[in-house]
Amino acid sequence: MSDLEYVLQQLINALSIGSLYALVAVGLSIIFSLLRLTNFAHGDMMMVGAFATLFAQLAGLGFLPAVGVGILVSALAGVIIERVAYRPVRGAPDVTMLLTSVALTYILENLGILLFSSSPRNFPLPDWMNHLYSFADGRITFNNINLLTLGVTLLALLFLNWFVRRTQVGLGMRAAAEDLTAAHLVGLDVNRVIVVAFVLASAFAGVAGVLWAAQAGVVEPQMGFTPLLKAFVAAIIGGFGSIPGAIVGGFVLGALEVLIQSLPGDWGLSPYRDALVFALLIAFLLFRPGGILGVRQEVKL
Amino acid sequence: MKALELQGLEVAYGAVRALKGVSLEVYPGEVVTLLGANGAGKSTTLRAISGLVRPRAGSISFMGEPLTRLSPVQIVRRGIAHCPEGRRVFAGLSVHENLLLGASGRRDRGIGEDIQRMFGLFPILLERRNQAAGTLSGGEQQMLALARALMSRPKLLLLDEPSLGLAPLVVRSIFGTLKALKAAGTTILLVEQNVNLALELADRAYVLRTGQVALEGQAKELQGDERVARAYLGGAA
Ligand SMILES: Nc1ncnc2c1ncn2[C@@H]1O[C@H](COP(=O)(O)OP(=O)(O)OP(=O)(O)O)[C@@H](O)[C@H]1O
Ligand SMILES: [Mg+2]
Repeated sequence: MSDLEYVLQQLINALSIGSLYALVAVGLSIIFSLLRLTNFAHGDMMMVGAFATLFAQLAGLGFLPAVGVGILVSALAGVIIERVAYRPVRGAPDVTMLLTSVALTYILENLGILLFSSSPRNFPLPDWMNHLYSFADGRITFNNINLLTLGVTLLALLFLNWFVRRTQVGLGMRAAAEDLTAAHLVGLDVNRVIVVAFVLASAFAGVAGVLWAAQAGVVEPQMGFTPLLKAFVAAIIGGFGSIPGAIVGGFVLGALEVLIQSLPGDWGLSPYRDALVFALLIAFLLFRPGGILGVRQEVKL
Repeated sequence: MKALELQGLEVAYGAVRALKGVSLEVYPGEVVTLLGANGAGKSTTLRAISGLVRPRAGSISFMGEPLTRLSPVQIVRRGIAHCPEGRRVFAGLSVHENLLLGASGRRDRGIGEDIQRMFGLFPILLERRNQAAGTLSGGEQQMLALARALMSRPKLLLLDEPSLGLAPLVVRSIFGTLKALKAAGTTILLVEQNVNLALELADRAYVLRTGQVALEGQAKELQGDERVARAYLGGAA
């Protein structure tokens, strides 16, 4: 295998996994920027989106309409957790909000196990999703899931950029993220802004959940746990609370993981990939809490 | 009818009692100033009026209707704008966006026109239109904060230390604008540390000391009155 082909293949892998991290991380960052809340239940919105897509398919819908249902259901779930769990503790000390978020994750995952059992279920995909593209005599390969992951993420991020910059609610989101008190004082409907933020973040998580399930081939109640932690690391790397930061962080993390994985086997590092990733998290929290983009904002967990 | 009336207002932050029964009133078209030393409870009074803190006791009414149960958004929509201490402009957003946000509670079509009016009132803001608010000078930020508050077309304007940290010349210019607003009939409750300027502008004044009204009267009569200085120092009023 020539060097160039090898690098290209790794690049494809990195973009594919990195875009998923970015997609989940922007949602975490949006919520954090508004509420100073680390929404651990964000990962469970992935689970909700994936399961809703699965059941919509079992109910007879085609794949794409089922994905639409999945995204809607996860957005709705985001609205519900905001209203039921987070709004009552808004303005409470950070620890209270954090504990609420952790408790909510436990509840949602256990609810998932109760409803769907903890064993993984097959996630049906149309054949075209698995269609394989092969170049350079099979030394560079990728399938439609990889392409779709990248394409959908780019579209979602472009949409988010437009929304935040060009719409009235988007302007309100930027204002509330900067200074919540001043946002109240100018008469901004902060509740509405926060609900819209949860809709966006959870819909993105729903999309990510479907893509994640497509790559894994299965759905399970705890499927959101690992991507959530990774997205959290990505958001910290980029500077927690910053949307561009979360995107950069997602791709950087994707690239790092692929890099670690592709290190020579006799270095013996690849089994420790996740440990290395979390060591990176700690390093960033300690030495560069503003992330690589240098967002000036203290990170409170 | 009174524009604003506070009766026996009490506010506490945890164990800290910031207001211990404050009563005051503002009539339509009046400029009333609220004076007092650091920590006397001036900002807290404004925060209670705009719904940022919930009073423990007492009542607030605006144009004859109680405000105490309303949210900050509802209070802005009733016609009260609060230009907070330290200006609190949205530093990362442009001047134009800050002004737009000032009209958050409005649904009418006159917003663009009002932005032009603000540019007429503060020409420097027009020049800085697309600049991030955080890059403005202190004086320019204060003008922006004032213009942002006016964008809600308030019936009552709450101003918290508009002269804070500004050079004397800039303070003069800000107070010139306030004088013009007063002449146009705007009702203002002004919190100030600059006693002389405030008493010059205002019709009436209240002096707060440790959460209570220590002194009140016509602004003219309080100018040069040594009781004002004593209230600041914490002696008997
Ligand atoms: N968020 C808060 N938490 C606890 N105590 C507070 C808080 N805000 C104000 N206080 C206390 O309440 C009292 C009144 O504060 P307030 O800010 O109303 O004073 P002020 O008259 O506006 O003073 P300054 O002239 O310094 O702005 C002070 O003793 C202050 O320490
Ligand atoms: Mg104050």
